[in-house]
This record gives sequence, structure tokens and C-alpha cells, in this order.
Amino acid sequence: MEPIIEIKNIGKKYNIRHYQGGYVALRDVLATILKSPFKFAKKKVKSVVGIGTKEEFWALKGVNFNIQPGEIVGIIGRNGAGKSTLLKILTGITPPTTGEIKMQGRVASLLEVGTGFHPELTGRENIFLNGAILGMTRREIARNFDSIVEFAEIEKFLDTPVKYYSSGMYVRLAFSVAAHMEPDILLVDEVLAVGDAEFQKKCLGKMEEVTKKQGRTILFVSHNLGAIKRLCKKTVLLEKGEVKMFDNTEKVINYYSNNSELSSVTTFKHEPDKEAQVTKISIRNKDGRYETKIPVTESFSIDIEYEISRPAKNAVLSVMFYADGDILLLSSESDKDAKLRDYLPGKYKTTVEVPASLFNVGIYYFDTRFHRPGIELIDHKQNINFEITDAENNPQSIIFNSNHMGKIATILDYKTEKTN
Amino acid sequence: MSITTIIRPKKTFSLNDLRELWQYRELLYFFTWRDLKVRYKQTAIGAAWAILQPFITMVIFSVFFGKLAQVPSDGVPYPIFVYTGLLFWQFFSSALSDTANVLIGNQSIITKVYFPRLILPVSGVITKFVDFTISSLILVGLMAYYGYMPHLMGFLLVPILLLMTFAASVGGGLVLAAINVKYRDVRYALPFFIQILLFITPVIYPASIAGKWSWLLAFNPMTGVIQSARAILLGTTILNWNLLGLSSIVCLVVLVVGVIYFKRVERYFADIL
Repeated sequence: MEPIIEIKNIGKKYNIRHYQGGYVALRDVLATILKSPFKFAKKKVKSVVGIGTKEEFWALKGVNFNIQPGEIVGIIGRNGAGKSTLLKILTGITPPTTGEIKMQGRVASLLEVGTGFHPELTGRENIFLNGAILGMTRREIARNFDSIVEFAEIEKFLDTPVKYYSSGMYVRLAFSVAAHMEPDILLVDEVLAVGDAEFQKKCLGKMEEVTKKQGRTILFVSHNLGAIKRLCKKTVLLEKGEVKMFDNTEKVINYYSNNSELSSVTTFKHEPDKEAQVTKISIRNKDGRYETKIPVTESFSIDIEYEISRPAKNAVLSVMFYADGDILLLSSESDKDAKLRDYLPGKYKTTVEVPASLFNVGIYYFDTRFHRPGIELIDHKQNINFEITDAENNPQSIIFNSNHMGKIATILDYKTEKTN
Repeated sequence: MSITTIIRPKKTFSLNDLRELWQYRELLYFFTWRDLKVRYKQTAIGAAWAILQPFITMVIFSVFFGKLAQVPSDGVPYPIFVYTGLLFWQFFSSALSDTANVLIGNQSIITKVYFPRLILPVSGVITKFVDFTISSLILVGLMAYYGYMPHLMGFLLVPILLLMTFAASVGGGLVLAAINVKYRDVRYALPFFIQILLFITPVIYPASIAGKWSWLLAFNPMTGVIQSARAILLGTTILNWNLLGLSSIVCLVVLVVGVIYFKRVERYFADIL
């Protein structure tokens, strides 16, 4: 059968330029030209001819694979592996540096929920606007209108400007419009990481229904391995911009969980226009050194650095620990005083202390989210790995011959007395 | 069914692009609809603002330039003289600055969804055209008041003048918009340049004031538009076909240059924005 998506030798190169202030100002360029015209001319010639230092970064290299019609394929990989870049190229938002892609049929993409929503327009008006931006025709939107409103549960607020909506309503409406797209190929990028758990379940369900009933081809980028397992038969694993594996989801996820290169410091790309975002996560052992392998008998700490750009009220930073297979082990929603905080703009660092003998030997990962619990997810960073290693003085290892059973390593207090 | 989409590194400007614009015509409609709705919802005097702005400007210019400074006005009352110029000038300058900012203003959409980026400037200009139609009502009023009747043939030329204004403002705006994405400080200098442009366009004064140098003014595409508008609607001078011709060529060149430059760099917007 003819593949519906053919990806041949796709590569994407970025030139890294360092600017002060985050953008190039024309007046700075002009000032440079005036101050040292020869230096500028030399640099320009060098860049045209190709000599000189240019920091290049290949976000994707030699990506090749084909998708058959009706397949639902997941794309996983660590932060920075190139997943979103690949999706952006497939969507047409950015051009590839090398290679070629052929797609048959109507392509729609969902990279963000609520794209183009305008706060002054009503819910009804935004449904049409957002639908059109997503590529639906006016007729399609009208046809699905009632179903969209019903899924989002906003009948009563259809004619109020969206700026008055709660964040929960906003997200529900946005997702609802997107869920009613009817393309032949659907490209989805981690949009399930919005809304509360209730809503995520509903969205997952809707995606399942949409894919299984209508035989659509779907490419689904996500960190949520549970969702990938549930929806996708096959999965692509991207590592440092290359396709490491393309096989049955089960196989790929197993490989991924067992072989992820661990990095003790993860920095995140700055996204414009976010109320708050995590910029750096580091793991340090009890001596303060950056480490990803921690002996089970030792405590360790996680430093989460984040930036708040607008005053954030009633928010909290939470950390959730998972064992492989997506089992949520520990959800740490707040600290001892269990209070939601109001954050003023600025840079913050939160250190989370993880006690010794909590997690048993094995590989784990955690997510951190900055959110208003149950209402709105402001920032979400997923899949930071660490490994708990065996230690010499670990009582469990001694008795059980390093047969580490169970995920929890707490040593319970056994008191034994002879009763007769 | 089959639409086949092919994505390659280099994209050449082809007829495919025109077909694409047609494909996305509904989105163009929605962007325009959005801009108009928001514009007229936000200010209670939304529609009135389209009228008030040029009207008040006309009044002030008439008092200071017309009466006090005694600027000549080609033999017609100064208010209607300046208003004709202002009408087209407002369309041009607002379309120009709108287009220049349209990419930055919509950056959240551009980095998330694909659509031919040219749609955005076009929808912006359409919005400004709606403003133009509303403020032209005042011109009608003024003409009735001063007793001017336009030639019928003249009326047929007005759409041409509008097209020229469209071409010049979109063309210039596209270049500015593309530059603005890379050099973010351009938009701060823009209001200054528009001010200067106002003074080198015969809005406040007639082109004849420049005497033997008035041919220089003709390189400003809006000169042709405004002088011709005055000739047609008010009979100030006989329509100068040479001037109109020169200006329309400049307008066309500006548009073509703008579109080509824009299309060359548009693929990289999402990377930089």
C-alpha cells in the first residue's frame, strides 16, 4: 500500500546566534557598521563565503520513515530530541534544511490548544475563528457546532467574551474545537498536557474515538507514555535528532525506559509569552554534586529553577515521580504548609529534598508542573530521569541478594517478640 | 480526494502560491472578520472613530495651514482640498503601519499553524479599507456642502486610485513586516517615518508649490493618487496622466518587490518569532 506520509532524509539546521536582549536591533547593526565598517564587511564576506565561526545545530538529521494510511504513530524522545521540530516541519511552519516529505490528503495540526482565540470575541465567535485557523471550512464548523459546544460544556456562556471565561472553560472549548477537526492526517503535539486530570481523561477518550472510528492517520508527539501506549500501535523514538527506533510501541517504550541517557542538569528553551516557566532542573546528591545515579541509602535533592514573568496568584509547584510503565509513585503537590502561593515576577529556585531509602533500586522519572491545582496548568516539564543504584550497606540487598522488589525502599520497623 | 502536499527545503514562488491563497480564502475572511469585530467592539465610538480622526485633523489643518499659514489650495476651499488628501493618506498610512506590525502581532498563530502568511497583511488592508469607506462619507458631505460634482469618468478612476494605494501600502508594509521580524526595533522608528512621509506627500499643500521640482514629488506613489483624486473629484487641475502613470508604476514596483522579499523570508518567520 502506498504510504500516506513519506519522510525522506529530513534534516533541520539552526544557526545559533547570540544576541543581547534576545533580538537583533537594527540600530545596533547600523552602529556596528558605522563604528567599524571594515570589520563588518569582513564578517559579512566570511559568512557569505562560508568561513568563520558559525555555531550550527542540527535539530534533526537523516530522518526517514513512512506511515501507512490509518496508522496511529507515536513520537517519543527526550527533551530536545527533535520531536516538536519534526512536527513543525510536517505542519509547514518551518522549512527543512534537507530532505523531502510527501503527504496525501488533508493535513491538520494541533500544536497548541486555543490558537488564535481572541479575548474580546465571544465563545461562539471564537469557535468559528479557531476552527478556521485550524483549517476547518465554515460549513464543517457549522455542522459540528452543537457537538463542539456540548463537549466543551459551555452552552450557557456561548455569547460571553472569552476573556471572562475561567481557564478551565477556555481549555475545554479550545480542545473541543480541535477535537472536531476532520483531516486525513492529524499531527498532534503534546496537547494533552493541559487541563486537569478529569479533562485529560476526556480528551484521551475523544482522541481514541476519533482515531478508531474514522480511520484517520495520526502522528502523536507526547511524553505521556501511558497515552502513547493506549493510542499508538507503532512509535518512533527520536534521539538527538535521529530516528533511533521505529517499531511496535511496546518494544520502543521498553527500550526507551531502559536506555535513556541520564543527564543531571536539564535546561529548557525559553518560550515567549508564558506566565511562568521552568528554566532548569538539576539533580544533586547528598554532597551537592550533580548526579543522576543515587545510591538507595542516600538522600538527594532536586533543584527546580523557574521564572515568573507576570504575577501569578494561587499557584504551586508540584513534582510527580513515576516508575517505568507510567506508574505514579509520589505526587508532591506542595510543601508542609500546604498553601497556594502568590508569586511576584522574578526568578525562583525550589529545592525538593528526597529522603534516603524512599525509592528502590531502579530507573525513575519525574514531571514538574507549575499550576493552579484543578484549574490551570501553567507550565509542565516532563520526563526527567534519575536512577537509584544499589549500595553496599543496603539491608534489602544483603538479605534478598540484590533482588530489588517493589518500588518503595523504606525500611519498616519489625519488632519481634516470642509470644509463648 | 487526493491533495498531495510536498515539503522541500527550497521553495520557489510559483502559481501554486496563488492557488494556495485561494484555498485559504475562508481564513482570509475570518481574519478580516475578526479584526473588524474587535475593532468595532472595543471602542464604543469604534465606527465614529473612523470618521472623527480625519475630520478633526482636517479641521485643525484648515485652521493652521489653510487660514493662518495661507497655504495655497489649487483654487478650492482648503478644507475639502486637504480632506481629499487626508482620506487617501489615512488609508495608506494606516494600512502601511498595520501591515508592518501584522507578523509580530500574530506571532502566536504564525508559530503554531500553517497558512500562507500573505493573508495577514491582506486582511489588515481590507479592514482599513472599511475605515476608508466610512470616512469617505464625510467627503461626500463636504462636496455637497461646497457644491462640487465629480465627473462620471472620474468616478471610474477612483477604484484605480484605491488599487494603487493598496499596492503601495501592502508592498511597503510587507518589506517592513519582514524586516521587523528580524530587527524588532524597526517598528519604533516607523511612526517617525510615516510622519516624514506625510510631509513629503502633497496632502497639506498642493504639488504645484514645489514648482519646477514637483517631478521629484512624483516618485512618491501617493502623490499621483492624491493629485489625481483632487483632479477627478474637485477639478483642481486637469488630470495629469503622466503623473498618474509614473505613480502607478512606482506602486506596482513597490508591491512586487514587497511580495518577493516577503515570500523569500516568510518560511523562516516561525524560527525567528
